Amino acid sequence: MSTLSRKRSLPGFGLTMGLTILWLSLMILIPLAGLFVKTAELSPSAFWATVTAPRTLHALQVSFGLAFAAACINLVAGLVIVWALVRYRFPGRRIFDAVVDIPFALPTAVAGIALTTLFAQKGWLGAPLAALGIKVAFTPLGIFIAMIFIGIPFVVRTVQPVLIDLDVELEEAAECLGASRWQTIRRVILPSLAPAVLTGFALAFARAVGEYGSVIFIAGNLPNVSEIAPLLIVIRLSEFRYADATAIAVVMLIFSFIIIFILNRLQHWAQTRSLAAA
Amino acid sequence: MTMVATTPLRRSGRDVAVPALDAGAGRRAAHTEPAWVRLVIIGFAIAFLTVFVGLPLILVFSEALSKGIAFYLSALADSEALAAIQLTLIAAGISVGLNLVFGVIAAWAIAKFDFPGKTLLITLIDLPFSVSPVISGLVFVLLFGAQGWFGPWLMAHGVQILFAVPAIVLATTFVTFPFVARELIPLMQEQGQQEEEAAISLGAGGWTTFWRVTLPNIKWGLLYGVLLCNARAMGEFGAVSVVSGHIRGETNTMPLLVEILYNEYQMVAAFAVASLLALLALVTLIAKTVLEGRIEQGLQHHDH
Amino acid sequence: MTIEVRNIVKQFGSFRALDNVDLRVETGELMALLGPSGSGKTTLLRIIAGLDWPDSGSVAFDGEDALARGAAERHVGFVFQHYALFRHMSVFENVAFGLRVQPRKIRKTEVEIKKRVGDLLDLVQLGWLADRYPSQLSGGQRQRIALARALAIEPRILLLDEPFGALDAKVRKELRAWLRNLHEEIHVTSIFVTHDQEEALEVANRVVVMDRGKIEQIGSPGDVYEHPASAFVHSFIGESIVLPVDVQGGTVRLGERRLDLVAPASASGPSKLFVRRHDVTVGPSGSGVFEGAVKAVRAFGPMQRADVVLSNGHGDTLIEIDAPRDHSLKVGDRVGLQPQRYRIFADA
Repeated sequence: MSTLSRKRSLPGFGLTMGLTILWLSLMILIPLAGLFVKTAELSPSAFWATVTAPRTLHALQVSFGLAFAAACINLVAGLVIVWALVRYRFPGRRIFDAVVDIPFALPTAVAGIALTTLFAQKGWLGAPLAALGIKVAFTPLGIFIAMIFIGIPFVVRTVQPVLIDLDVELEEAAECLGASRWQTIRRVILPSLAPAVLTGFALAFARAVGEYGSVIFIAGNLPNVSEIAPLLIVIRLSEFRYADATAIAVVMLIFSFIIIFILNRLQHWAQTRSLAAA
Repeated sequence: MTMVATTPLRRSGRDVAVPALDAGAGRRAAHTEPAWVRLVIIGFAIAFLTVFVGLPLILVFSEALSKGIAFYLSALADSEALAAIQLTLIAAGISVGLNLVFGVIAAWAIAKFDFPGKTLLITLIDLPFSVSPVISGLVFVLLFGAQGWFGPWLMAHGVQILFAVPAIVLATTFVTFPFVARELIPLMQEQGQQEEEAAISLGAGGWTTFWRVTLPNIKWGLLYGVLLCNARAMGEFGAVSVVSGHIRGETNTMPLLVEILYNEYQMVAAFAVASLLALLALVTLIAKTVLEGRIEQGLQHHDH
Repeated sequence: MTIEVRNIVKQFGSFRALDNVDLRVETGELMALLGPSGSGKTTLLRIIAGLDWPDSGSVAFDGEDALARGAAERHVGFVFQHYALFRHMSVFENVAFGLRVQPRKIRKTEVEIKKRVGDLLDLVQLGWLADRYPSQLSGGQRQRIALARALAIEPRILLLDEPFGALDAKVRKELRAWLRNLHEEIHVTSIFVTHDQEEALEVANRVVVMDRGKIEQIGSPGDVYEHPASAFVHSFIGESIVLPVDVQGGTVRLGERRLDLVAPASASGPSKLFVRRHDVTVGPSGSGVFEGAVKAVRAFGPMQRADVVLSNGHGDTLIEIDAPRDHSLKVGDRVGLQPQRYRIFADA
């Protein structure tokens, strides 16, 4: 066994590893496992009936559909923002660079009421948009906006270091070979950024699907219209329909595990590609 | 080793030489775009960040102060607000403390030793980042609720966990679980174990080695992790909302109070409490920027 | 294709990278730009490629203004020091890149591209690596793939930036000979940048020696070695014994000692005397212009190397000389040293 044959030069492995696994199990693994055990109390058909009930299905649809759309917007907007922050110098660049982290640092409830007030009918942005006949707050569009808000740092902060480290010589090589600027971007730069971009996309998507605080204020929370899955869990809990709440949670958890798996694959892909060559 | 980034709040790397907005006299450098393209891209970035990120932040302070500073201060001096602030500080203090100790222990085990399943262990530690906050709260309701596993027994013995401070602390700890560990693990891996081995070979014990060699090397990274952990702990909403029970003056943290005040149309009061949280976020971001510089320096120092 | 560089000036902030540089490269030449780091050689190469622009001056290819075109339109093959291979593309796709990005009107068909890439990979003897990715190649293989990629667009000029800089000594030697042979085969006008004099002298047919943004000398490898035009060239190329001398009215002195040497008319005042080590004949005391005492002797191979303290009035000028193995040299011997050939350059 390799662990035993490998000499351990530093002390404390057994103790720290034991404590790590113990605390991890107590705090994270057992509570999460409880979720699955609780779901097992439902018969498969009852589980299926719960998650395919129209209201549940619609909430899942709203959460996943809008989160996906928001992640798509974040992918494009994030790339453009990263490009501006990394490749150009403009007044206030450092401030805007710092601003990117705000959605992550700002407590979600604060973001929620701020976005709602901003896009409400009489809000700074809501009023001009209302004049154009666009209603944002208390509609699915509002959910979409809130999801864009919370997702943007994920794309920017994943792609930024990769673009910074991207060798300028690659672009020069492409240009010397006769590629136009657009060809260089499309065939050399974007493929080089692809693992990071997809990672950022997956992170933004996953975060938006599970997001609660910044979304519920602006969502309007109309069943079958603008009700997100996490809110439905809360509603079912308040109705003491624990099994229903748990079933929805399990669907979302499984999705999280799939995302984690995809992220690990992406990471692996990025690493095998970046081996040496520099 | 594989380490999936599940938090974007990471060091954003060094700067590279880049063309200025007016790319030098005469001809453009080989690797930049025409001026109009650059303007469009910069314009988009500024507009997007301003509208989606900057404006909401400014609005928080503007709304909070919309009825004057006196009104603002009296909203904060309200007994419910003070109780919420106190509870938030207590819950965050305990959670951060627990995660700080766990983070250092886990980082030592993971970064200083090789063992099979390391990647899996890191993935498991990162798990709370991928779980919806509502679900993070739900798991504790299932454990300690009236219908939960331990609920009936606890109730019979007069121990209140759910809808009380213990559940708030548990939910907060769950949500902030990975912060310190995931900041320390890569840092300690990058630093290697030579210094510790040198200390041991000079006769230092394990505890002395950690205290005198490892800790000085990781102190900025540790502070960084604690900072982010604290920001999230104080601001957590979804998970705490599920387990708190919203008992006024007792189990309301600041974010929960923001929700209640907002739903009662006490806008100025809601935004006043929100402004404290926003201020916390800003201070965190500034401190984070300062710390990033320190950590960067520390690592460079290590390379030479 | 001839390259004509005229009056090029390039400033980076307060640092003058190129200071009024003139250079003409003839068709089919294999030219080396040789100099220490910071001498401006890479900047000059990048300006010729179109990756940098000079502050003033002109570059012409076959009499046609090159500065009017960007790198993409110059048809110049550029091999980067660290190869800059596209790591998300296979070797085949790397080499094919320049063909695939051509304007649709003149773009080759897939069959033609396959054929051309195959030929190029054969040329660099790496056809069997076509499906690999850059991260799976050794340094020397990457270097050759980078060259094949640059050649794919049938460049009018081939530019190589420190082509062997990132390779270990053995591979470097192999590739040198290989590059010279390849150039004889394809005969495209080529310039390569190096800081390694041996590389420049061995591979190039003409060498441009640069220092601090200026060209010090242009000549054949024999020329720059045998007839260095400046103190810098003499000290940068080959190993030299350098002695501080003073020239007054044609009389050369080392300290108090008058040397029986002829100074050029241009040298006056404090100067440097340069002698190649192998140009010094060792004889008995009194047999040369220098007198000295042997302080240490090291023998290796057919030669022995000795440290000699020169008697020059100050007493402690130490030089290293070579002598054949059969020449008896012992520590403490007094010897006379006669430079067969020497150069004197006034201090700048």
